[in-house]
Amino acid sequence: MPEPDAGVISQRQTLVAALRELLPEDCVIDDERGRRAFECDGLSAYRALPMIVVLPRDTDEVSRVLALCHERGVKIVPRGAGTGLSGGALPLADGVTVGFGKLNRILEIDTANRCAVVQPGVANLAISTATSPHGFYYAPDPSSQLACSIGGNVAENSGGVHCLKYGLTTNNLLGVEMVLMDGEVLRLGGKQFDAEGYDLLGVVTGSEGLLGVVTEVTVRILPKPATVRALLLGFPDNASAGACVGAIIAAGIIPAGLEMMDKPAIEAAEAFCQPGYPMDVAAILICELDGPEVEVDELVDQVGELARKSGATTIRTSRSEEERERFWLGRKTAFGAAGRMAPDYYVMDGTIPRARLPEVLTRIGELSREYDLPVANVFHAGDGNLHPLIMYDSAVPGALQRTEEMGAEILKLCVEVGGVLTGEHGVGVEKRDLMGTMFSEDDLKQQQRIKCAFDPAQLLNPGKVFPTLHRCAELGQMHVHRGETPFPDLPRF
Amino acid sequence: MAESLAPADADGLADAVRWAVAGEHPLEVVAGGSKRGLGRPVQSAATLSLAAFDGIVDYEPSELVLTAQAATPLAAVEAALAAERQMLAFEPADYAPLLGSGNGDRRRAPSGATLGGALACNLSGPRRIKAGAARDHFLGTHAVSGRGERFKTGGRVVKNVTGYDVCKLLAGSHGTLALMHEVTVKVLPAPERTRTVLVFGLEPAAAVEALGAALGSAHEVSGAAHMPAEAAARSAVSYVAGAGAAVTAVRVEGFPASVDARCQALRDLLGRFGAVEELHSKNSGTLWREIRDVRAFADESGPLWRLSLPPASGAEAAARVAEQVEARALFDWGGGLVWLAVGDAEDAGEAAVRAAAAFAGGHATLVRAAAPVRAARAVFQPQAPSVAALTARIKRAFDPAGVLNPGRMYAGV
Repeated sequence: MPEPDAGVISQRQTLVAALRELLPEDCVIDDERGRRAFECDGLSAYRALPMIVVLPRDTDEVSRVLALCHERGVKIVPRGAGTGLSGGALPLADGVTVGFGKLNRILEIDTANRCAVVQPGVANLAISTATSPHGFYYAPDPSSQLACSIGGNVAENSGGVHCLKYGLTTNNLLGVEMVLMDGEVLRLGGKQFDAEGYDLLGVVTGSEGLLGVVTEVTVRILPKPATVRALLLGFPDNASAGACVGAIIAAGIIPAGLEMMDKPAIEAAEAFCQPGYPMDVAAILICELDGPEVEVDELVDQVGELARKSGATTIRTSRSEEERERFWLGRKTAFGAAGRMAPDYYVMDGTIPRARLPEVLTRIGELSREYDLPVANVFHAGDGNLHPLIMYDSAVPGALQRTEEMGAEILKLCVEVGGVLTGEHGVGVEKRDLMGTMFSEDDLKQQQRIKCAFDPAQLLNPGKVFPTLHRCAELGQMHVHRGETPFPDLPRF
Repeated sequence: MAESLAPADADGLADAVRWAVAGEHPLEVVAGGSKRGLGRPVQSAATLSLAAFDGIVDYEPSELVLTAQAATPLAAVEAALAAERQMLAFEPADYAPLLGSGNGDRRRAPSGATLGGALACNLSGPRRIKAGAARDHFLGTHAVSGRGERFKTGGRVVKNVTGYDVCKLLAGSHGTLALMHEVTVKVLPAPERTRTVLVFGLEPAAAVEALGAALGSAHEVSGAAHMPAEAAARSAVSYVAGAGAAVTAVRVEGFPASVDARCQALRDLLGRFGAVEELHSKNSGTLWREIRDVRAFADESGPLWRLSLPPASGAEAAARVAEQVEARALFDWGGGLVWLAVGDAEDAGEAAVRAAAAFAGGHATLVRAAAPVRAARAVFQPQAPSVAALTARIKRAFDPAGVLNPGRMYAGV
């Protein structure tokens, strides 16, 4: 992380006083115990005490806080519900953490335009809950959906089980109101389907709080599907489960969700919550199908048949909501189950081309033995998004470091087979130093120039995403030799 | 005479841009040239053709991903996908007939529309409402910035949040930020069956209400359009052209049994609005291509506006324009996309159109007008000062010397 600015830290009390002129007493958290609650996000291996925490109550307060900090050269770390898994909300010792817990109202449910307007602190699931009486829901469903905030979802471009069919956050957003680091408030998008000029909303989504702070979000809501059913499929090995995923896609079927768990993950789940998974298999797939009843019934039969041909030894189809939820229970609590197996666990998040799954799992198994750290794999198989859970004990000296090394090896492997470092958890601080395995220096500099367009002072969430910080002036320089006629070899016609 | 450059490879592209920067030669960027008449006229010293970047690089049907060089004709991409029973789900439009560009025989011959062009203009067809826009299927690209530097962004997998989503920014940037020479898109299985439920004789307001009912249902509608009588009369589908009335169309696609069931359910749902009829796959294909390419207004050259609006306000916005200037409408996206062909008003009806878009909270683009009109008027929606300033900073971040399609979208951008 950037070296904390001692000059800023020495001005802490004056800044607290200035912030208290903008916000009520209880919205500026100054005491250490209060600040301690914000010291980490879901990546709890990384902790830092924020210099100050503020909890603004409306856009105007957000704008005034940012403008004040901008004027004084103070860094800002935006924070949603703190469930992020890559350290995107990791505080800075010389930075102000801005929490959005008080911006937690659903402002409008517009069924005629099939959208909802909400404040950033609203929990993801709360949107579906609120729109449900109207027959609608919000599709992206990260596993933390009960707690995670929609503002955080925008920052991270969160996914979830159902994004195979319904897309990530970015595919379900229509507009935002956001505040730039200098306090300027702007609106991008609205209730219509596309951008008026550059798709600024598109680049802000998933920018991990580095470009602006979102103060209002308009999301698309979808009519609830008529029917939802799931299959639980067991396979003798990872390769046949992988082949079944390919066969389903090749048949032209895009399931609502298509999840895989390997043997260690199955065993952990069974020990944790007894979902009734088959124990005589090496891998299971959970395939969820939604839509019109006649379609779902037909596809359930088709998927069952494809599974049989791929060598499935267990084929169960849900006959009730209760049974469907039971299929999902082990998958949805997989992280918690891993937490039972070892004192600590580390969640990875790479994406690979689907076809490379068996070899990648084999290689992860080898790494697991090499590093002597158990790994359970849960996998959004339909879209190739892998979540290896590495189990370790942080009380053992050097264990975290070895775990991170092994995690880095896994992510490099993902890139090597044609995949990417992160499918839905974000880069944050966690994968920052691996960016060079996927991008060249020029690739990264072009991205950082976008940062400079939004935040030239680079005060918004610095130290995340990019391994090397460049000054904007340096990034903007271009060496031009005017008046010369170089490139005589350019083909012309 | 203006120079024309046609680099053969990515390094050649970078050289060409550096040449343009060094000599202050603004470039007009073209691939197939089907959309040269879209946007503000570019004041360029040279034309940079991407024509050499033609060909599918990698297509793995089982991965639902296709990589192609940017100037690969859409027709070639779609043929390759069709052979594997897949498709570009965003249903990119071909604007050549609308803009009078490309080949003269617009019913049969290839128009020049390319995959890269469709992405650069974020062209999305009727399925936008269900499957998303071009930008939603754009996974990665190799490009050359206006600095003459090669860079890549995104990847070849669907789920990817590594770094900023620069593809979104490039989609719809009309070639003003970077020269994309290789692009990767997500593809999807093509539907086995398509049916269209038609409702006859509705006024636009009732039509938008009917489309809203269909889109708010669980029947997974993939097209929701309304053709006033005059637009319907120009269809090549006899059921539509022969109706002698306005035609509202709702499309369902997918597995046969499911399509049949949803079609019946939609007939029941929409029956209360008017008489209903049903089109099968072939006629559906023709009709939705016509809607996608805005064929109703293709054989003419008058000003044509494209309004992107909150869907429920589509009919009202169109009516407001028609109160001020002569205007004929076509509605897609359940009312969220309104095409307005305006009469020969002096300002191309700009004042009326902008006021209607503002009333609805959406925006308007002057897709077709004579070049002097596009030079004198705002083609794209004028932006709030804060957004305009940010837009200019983004432009400078990619193209500080302003050599890539300068002025195509906004003056100075």
